Amino acid sequence: MNHLAEKYSEEIQAILAKYPADQKRSAVMPLLYLAQRESGYVTKTAMNEIAELLGITATEVASIVGFYSLYYDKPAGKYRIQVCTDLPCALRGAEEFLEKLCENLGIRVGETTPDGMVTVEHVMCLAACDKAPMFQVQSGEGLSYHENQTVESAMALIQSLKKGASHSNKDGHP
Amino acid sequence: MKVIRSLVLVSNDPRSVELGAEEVFRALHAEIRSQGLHDQVRIGTIGVVGEQQHLPLVMVYPEAVAYGPVTLDDVHLIVEEHLLKGQIVMSLLRFLQEPAGELAWLRTRSGALPVQQRIVLERAGIIDPYSLDDYLLHNGYTALGKALTSMTPEQIIDEVDQSGLQGRGGAGFPTGRKWGFVRAAPSHPKYIIANADESEPGTYKDRLIIEGDPFSLIEAMTIAAYAVGANEGFIYIRGEYRLAYQRLENAIRLAEEHGLLGDAIFGTDFTFHIHLHAGAGAYICGEETALIESLEGKRGQPRARPPYPPSYGLWGKPTLVNNVETLANIPAIIRHGSEWYRQFGTPSSRGTKVYTIMGNVNFTGAIEAPLGITLREVIEIYGKGMKHGRRLKLVQTGGSSGSIVPASLQDTPMDFESWRKAGASLGSGALLICDERTCVVDLAKVLLQFFRFESCAKCTPCRTGTQRLYQIVDAISKGHGALADLDELQQLGKDMELLSNCGLGQTASVALRDILKHFRDEVEEHILERKCRAGVCRIPALSPYEIAAAAATPSQAAIEEFEGSTESV
Ligand SMILES: Cc1cc2nc3c(=O)[nH]c(=O)nc-3n(C[C@H](O)[C@H](O)[C@H](O)COP(=O)(O)O)c2cc1C
Ligand code: FES
Repeated sequence: MNHLAEKYSEEIQAILAKYPADQKRSAVMPLLYLAQRESGYVTKTAMNEIAELLGITATEVASIVGFYSLYYDKPAGKYRIQVCTDLPCALRGAEEFLEKLCENLGIRVGETTPDGMVTVEHVMCLAACDKAPMFQVQSGEGLSYHENQTVESAMALIQSLKKGASHSNKDGHP
Repeated sequence: MKVIRSLVLVSNDPRSVELGAEEVFRALHAEIRSQGLHDQVRIGTIGVVGEQQHLPLVMVYPEAVAYGPVTLDDVHLIVEEHLLKGQIVMSLLRFLQEPAGELAWLRTRSGALPVQQRIVLERAGIIDPYSLDDYLLHNGYTALGKALTSMTPEQIIDEVDQSGLQGRGGAGFPTGRKWGFVRAAPSHPKYIIANADESEPGTYKDRLIIEGDPFSLIEAMTIAAYAVGANEGFIYIRGEYRLAYQRLENAIRLAEEHGLLGDAIFGTDFTFHIHLHAGAGAYICGEETALIESLEGKRGQPRARPPYPPSYGLWGKPTLVNNVETLANIPAIIRHGSEWYRQFGTPSSRGTKVYTIMGNVNFTGAIEAPLGITLREVIEIYGKGMKHGRRLKLVQTGGSSGSIVPASLQDTPMDFESWRKAGASLGSGALLICDERTCVVDLAKVLLQFFRFESCAKCTPCRTGTQRLYQIVDAISKGHGALADLDELQQLGKDMELLSNCGLGQTASVALRDILKHFRDEVEEHILERKCRAGVCRIPALSPYEIAAAAATPSQAAIEEFEGSTESV
């Protein structure tokens, strides 16, 4: 059974329609985004399902997941906080911000908080260089930018994310 | 704090004064007050602005709109419409058709905000990016209308060619010529791709264009498609640009609903569809052949070239790849003609450029200015001077693959030609302005770290070269360098330039090369005196034994560091 194909058949049709019928594998990137939205990361099962949909091998799908940094093949915190520490941001104190933020959360860069909610990572330029310190938050709900941040504002955001998440937990989401 | 929203400048040269400029000034002052805008609007004067027939002239910033000749009767209208409602008073507008002479080149007078010549950011921040109506009200789709109803594809290509427009994606290739190649390619179908993968650190101009004026990209692509003979187009947009993606999605939908995109555009038999394709965080996919591979559903690794995309691109078909900023120039060129466009910039580089200014200046952000302004102007006028009055040391241009430009070049006009001659590259237009506290070794290290991470690892010179360069520079920054290392850096950099498969490897060592050219003594200081004059690198003090050992040539420490390193990326 192809779970993705069943659950998202309409969306998948719309994605496939963007590309010529004999070039289906072009749809691999949007399909990976879809799979990731579903589970927070790209599961082995999803890779198989995408491979089946596109008529390529699961190994090929996996190699694409490995190539692009926005696809994850492992679960992490529900929210990935990705702080830009590229040069222009570093000049505006991004590294110190990242350090303090991690300190506040009691984790190191790359780690996840014990409650499984937040993973903090550093990334390359996100094209918001004049608004550093800045980070993006990635989760199943999508991706959002947060600019001109302080540790306080970031912690406040994290608190509200956690709260929002505990609500949706009650709604039965993982 | 009071926030000044607008700056109004009235010309006060002798001729303007003769024609009543002072009265206009006073009337504006009074009207601004009576409308209760005096906290948000500042008023001042400006010197010679050329073009006698438009005096007295009133300029309003930040839109850099010029009204003239302005009489007392117009004052109320300008204040109410422009300053209060934010709408440009079209009937009083000057230079709409032909910003000529000094105005196209107007430099800021002391104390005033900069004049920004806006072509690609013309509407950004002024219109509602979700509203097609707003776009139409601001000259939207007049260019496509003109192109489809009164120009042949050949005429369009000729117009673009005549305008002198060069690619803004980094390489500066003449746009009209590229379009001509794609049109002339014998095979079908043809595709066009807008390159919106912008991931050069410090660059966010394409994001500004798309977020601020998404319809202009759609309109430009439609014109391009008509010109080269394509019916299908893709926008390859950086995965992180969700907001820009949404705005484009909306713009495409609205344009399709109104017959401006899709089948039978403008009631003609021309058909063109645009699809969005989001990248997923690979810097290399900005390179056009890697982008095409990625769009084909493969790992984004550059192809060997030739063949180039105009003859063999997406799915092996002739493909036009243009940068977003390049395309954003097209509607204005078609609307006003190439003659008009050629008035901006310098003889070798026409038009404007969007620069993103970062680093140790008082103002950071994006500006659009004619090609050919100098770094000094950017820093003094747009950047409002160096922070804390510190001295300029260098400017890193064009993101990671750009050049390191020493302060001594700050009076060189920034256009493709002059900078090429000076051995520098404008690249994407990112300007990272650094003062004396910047250490060049540290800078090189940060940049190489980026390349080491972003190398797609397909070709060996780039994969191992970026690693090795980083390790050597890292060793130098820790006091483990030797003079011989500098030769190796230089040789390795040259090899990478020659042997790498694509621009990433070819340009990864450019910054390092520039640093060794302009700041070699400072790098040597790290090695010989174990000193970082900027105080950035933490070099531990030497023991007497180490001092003796350091005098011996090849850098054993660096070699060990390299061999012992199992770091992977
Ligand atoms: C490593 C590398 C990265 C690039 N990144 C971009 C990019 O993000 N955006 C872009 O438009 N061009 C980028 N380019 C240039 C493209 O390959 C191509 O020249 C450009 O899109 C052509 O458009 P233009 O003629 O309008 O400039 C990059 C080139 C290289 C070598
Ligand atoms: S350097 Fe951080 S967003 Fe550009």
